[in-house]
Amino acid sequence: MTVKQRTFPSPIADPDTEQFWTAAKDGKLMVGSCNSCGEKHYYPRGICPHCGAQDITLVEASGKGEIYSWSVLRRADPPFAIAYVTLDEGPTMMTNIIECDLDALSIGQRVKLKFSETEEADGPPVPTFVLD
Amino acid sequence: MSINGKAYIAGVYEHPTRKATDKSLAQLHAESALGALKDAGLTKDDVDGYFCAGDAPGLGPLSLVDYMGLKLKHLDATETGGSSYVLHVGHAAEAIAMGKCSVALITLAGRPRAEGMATGTAPRNYGSSAPDVAFEFPFGPTVVNMYAMCAQRHMYEYGTTSEQLAWIKVAASHHAQYNEDAMLKNVVTVDEVVNSPMIADPLHRLDCCVISDGGGAIIVTSPEVAKTLKRPLVKVIGAGEAPKHQMGGKVDLTYSGAVWSGPMAFEEAHVKPTDIKYASIYDSFTITVLMQLEDLGFCEKGKGGAFVSDGNLIAGTGKLPFNTDGGGLCNNHPANRGGLTKVIEAVRQLRGEAHPNVQVQNCDLALAHGTGGSLGTRHGSATVIMERE
Repeated sequence: MTVKQRTFPSPIADPDTEQFWTAAKDGKLMVGSCNSCGEKHYYPRGICPHCGAQDITLVEASGKGEIYSWSVLRRADPPFAIAYVTLDEGPTMMTNIIECDLDALSIGQRVKLKFSETEEADGPPVPTFVLD
Repeated sequence: MSINGKAYIAGVYEHPTRKATDKSLAQLHAESALGALKDAGLTKDDVDGYFCAGDAPGLGPLSLVDYMGLKLKHLDATETGGSSYVLHVGHAAEAIAMGKCSVALITLAGRPRAEGMATGTAPRNYGSSAPDVAFEFPFGPTVVNMYAMCAQRHMYEYGTTSEQLAWIKVAASHHAQYNEDAMLKNVVTVDEVVNSPMIADPLHRLDCCVISDGGGAIIVTSPEVAKTLKRPLVKVIGAGEAPKHQMGGKVDLTYSGAVWSGPMAFEEAHVKPTDIKYASIYDSFTITVLMQLEDLGFCEKGKGGAFVSDGNLIAGTGKLPFNTDGGGLCNNHPANRGGLTKVIEAVRQLRGEAHPNVQVQNCDLALAHGTGGSLGTRHGSATVIMERE
């Protein structure tokens, strides 16, 4: 069954992540891409966690991926599905699977990006996913 | 340089309270400290090193040192969540080996029940300056749903079942029935665990640890001090610590930092997992135990489910008796941090002071392992190996 959706606290941008959240307002999910080693990372940050270089560009992800793991917090009101989603670009990110049957989730399911609005009127949306 | 044989655990104390509405946090720390000092046969004036973690109120160790009136020459407030106190044993041994102190006090205390904290099912916000918070907190990560994602992935990769996880709670409950201070003394069955309410798929209520107030303390001393005392000699022979995190998005929930801290400790102790007579394994959830047993090398990766089944962790019948006080799953998880009590029960076993019904015969080699933070995001792992001399 599909239940009512939870509300999302607004993330607070900082100088390190402002560009990411500005892009989110434009409906774009960005991942960090290192111009030194070529590896991508998530969450985005000012230093490459793989090689230590500071030459990072944010690149737009396709928004497609698959569920790496998930859990439904039954004790929450309303219950909701937290998940790690592995993007087709490589990095795995924490998110929620929304607008889904909470009893029919499984690892490996294909998902696609759908941003969710957050509590503060001027707060950026957060990247959530629906089944693809 | 090694810490093997350079330090001894001379005193331990587990505060008997499980709900401390009548005591302050500092008071619980101090009462635990005094209990461990009495156990060792030392006084507070003997303490010259102090170790505490994030549960200590105020500015690092300073408020508690002030409260207890300690005069010190070594301080360490390394914070790795519930694993901190296992890590502190290794750090205390290092400090003692370097001659920086000779009687180290480690304390833990907390009042999550008295304070009405929603420990497991409410997201914790560590503050917006933590770089991960904006990318995680909005999605409602709680203690239980993060460990649940580890269990979910373990089941997917290795075919681990809820029934196998349940055996870990069953074993803990068999031990807790003999512990008069344990919060959950009833022996439970696999059916009762898997039929308890689902909290966060696939973890049921009985896959989770208790929430308790309380505390504990450990006294680590130099060999010279330990040999003047009247307690059995419990020697620290190996220690390892390691953090594990999301690796920039290369998330792998199937293993813990024990894959690094364990081998470090075993190498330093010159022993192997099959030598260990008793193991205290951090048990915030059943899955925590299963992953750590695999990662410490007690069984092959992915075979933890079979290893824990059929009572293999129950003292007297199983091959690897674990958490004979009932552990966090049934006895006590003070301050939502179970590392210190892991060391305490291992010391009881090595001294021959565990409850007679769960005492491991000829227990001369024991391991204590802690995980702190979250296996689902970032955590510290700490392993200590101890020997009865």
